[in-house]
Amino acid sequence: MKKIEAIIRSEKLDELREALDAQGFSGMTVTDVRGRGKQKGITLEWRVGEYRVEFMPKIKVEIVVAANNLEKVINIVLAVCSTGNIGDGKIFISDVLDVIRISSKERGEGVL
Amino acid sequence: MAINTGDTAWVLVSMALVMLMTPAVGFFYGGMVRKKSILSTIMMCFASLILISIQWVLFGYTLAFGPTHGGLIGGLKWLGLVGVGQAPNPDYAATIPALAFMIFQAAFAIVTPSLIVGAFVERIKFAAFLIFTALWATLVYDPVAHWVWGVGGWLRMMGTLDFAGGIVVHVTAGFSALAIAMVIGKRRGYGKDNMEPSNIPLVVLGAVLLWFGWFGFNGGSALAANGIAVSAVVVTNTAGAAAALVWMFLSWLHRRPSVLGVATGAIVGLAAVTPASGFIDPLSAMAIGAIAAVISYYMIVLRMKLRIDESLDVFACHGMGGAWGAIATGIFASRAINPAGNNGLLFGNPGLLWTQIFAVVVTAAFAFVLTLVLATIVDILVGLRVNANEELVGLDISQHAESIA
Repeated sequence: MKKIEAIIRSEKLDELREALDAQGFSGMTVTDVRGRGKQKGITLEWRVGEYRVEFMPKIKVEIVVAANNLEKVINIVLAVCSTGNIGDGKIFISDVLDVIRISSKERGEGVL
Repeated sequence: MAINTGDTAWVLVSMALVMLMTPAVGFFYGGMVRKKSILSTIMMCFASLILISIQWVLFGYTLAFGPTHGGLIGGLKWLGLVGVGQAPNPDYAATIPALAFMIFQAAFAIVTPSLIVGAFVERIKFAAFLIFTALWATLVYDPVAHWVWGVGGWLRMMGTLDFAGGIVVHVTAGFSALAIAMVIGKRRGYGKDNMEPSNIPLVVLGAVLLWFGWFGFNGGSALAANGIAVSAVVVTNTAGAAAALVWMFLSWLHRRPSVLGVATGAIVGLAAVTPASGFIDPLSAMAIGAIAAVISYYMIVLRMKLRIDESLDVFACHGMGGAWGAIATGIFASRAINPAGNNGLLFGNPGLLWTQIFAVVVTAAFAFVLTLVLATIVDILVGLRVNANEELVGLDISQHAESIA
């Protein structure tokens, strides 16, 4: 099992959820986050002159999938969330040891 | 003396409009500070409302408007408002109860110290703020109000015109803000850390509530429901709009027309027209507002270059706006608008311009120097600043044990 953590543009969330849903990936965890990458924040207008916002508001979507579905989900995220501009975000992938459904106490990939 | 019901109703409504301006200053400033000190900023303005409401009844009113001692300060005849009753006092307003004039003036005494809050946000000790504000209201505001507005006040006797407080309110607050900002010093991390405004819609809400209240501030200063009140309301709106419009284009020239800039411009225009509002026509108001925006905008640029953390530019907006407006009164005032006023430079009387400049310089110097002294005394007595940890955590938690998040 793999965990995909996609840091995406806030405005892309609905579109991404629909695209994942359509391919049968309905489970995900969404968090409002602030962060920075190469873009290093943004300059906004003060009353006179400007001020810096060093951490950009983004959304983090966490999806855990079976290893054989990994590329499929990555491609959905890339297709929906890439605008080709700076600030599109990043995808982090990691291994997941196990998964447990709390209600039924079942374990393993079948829970996903 | 007969009480005029229309006049009394208008002055009471105006009083309520002006009273709203003090919490409005809190919202205006609160939205501009960092999230960790938004409540403390609102609280200081609210504290000004409750503290000066009491000070004014006890002794503030009589110091400002009581029978004069040599034109310098009012006597103690009306201590605790004894003798200030429902009958008019024709020295100040012949058609409304003396108490109506008193409470209308209370709203001015209350809002003025709240303006200074912008100078020391995010780093002042709340107890020190209370002591400073009580001292400042008593030793700076009350005397200057007496000089300019009190019967027998020495600047009034010289012919100084200040319809609604460009000198008494905005010059005193602005120059005092600069002084106390210099005593208390910069915020930790100023010029290095991010100073992200916590809530720009709150700033704009505060600004429009101020604009709304300003109709009472300037219109009510006619102390009657008459043509001068209407004229004052018209020029007030015109100057605020002109300044906001100019600020919008200045901000656009820089990069983008920001709503934070437009809101600031409106306040600058409103402050600038205040001293002139009972004496000028709408086209003069447009000129006063437009020029005020340019002066204040570049004063902020300069202030930033000098790296003085007069945090919310009370000096640039109110000090400069009020000073320019008071001087502009000496240029644009016309007896055709208000026979009780005077003619300015454009109407053949350059003398008024000199009188106005003199009054601005004297009150600015008085407010600046006395505030330096008062702030230093408070600093020695209780310490003006919170400690480093309290400042880093923010004043909401460290001074008030409250938090918005």
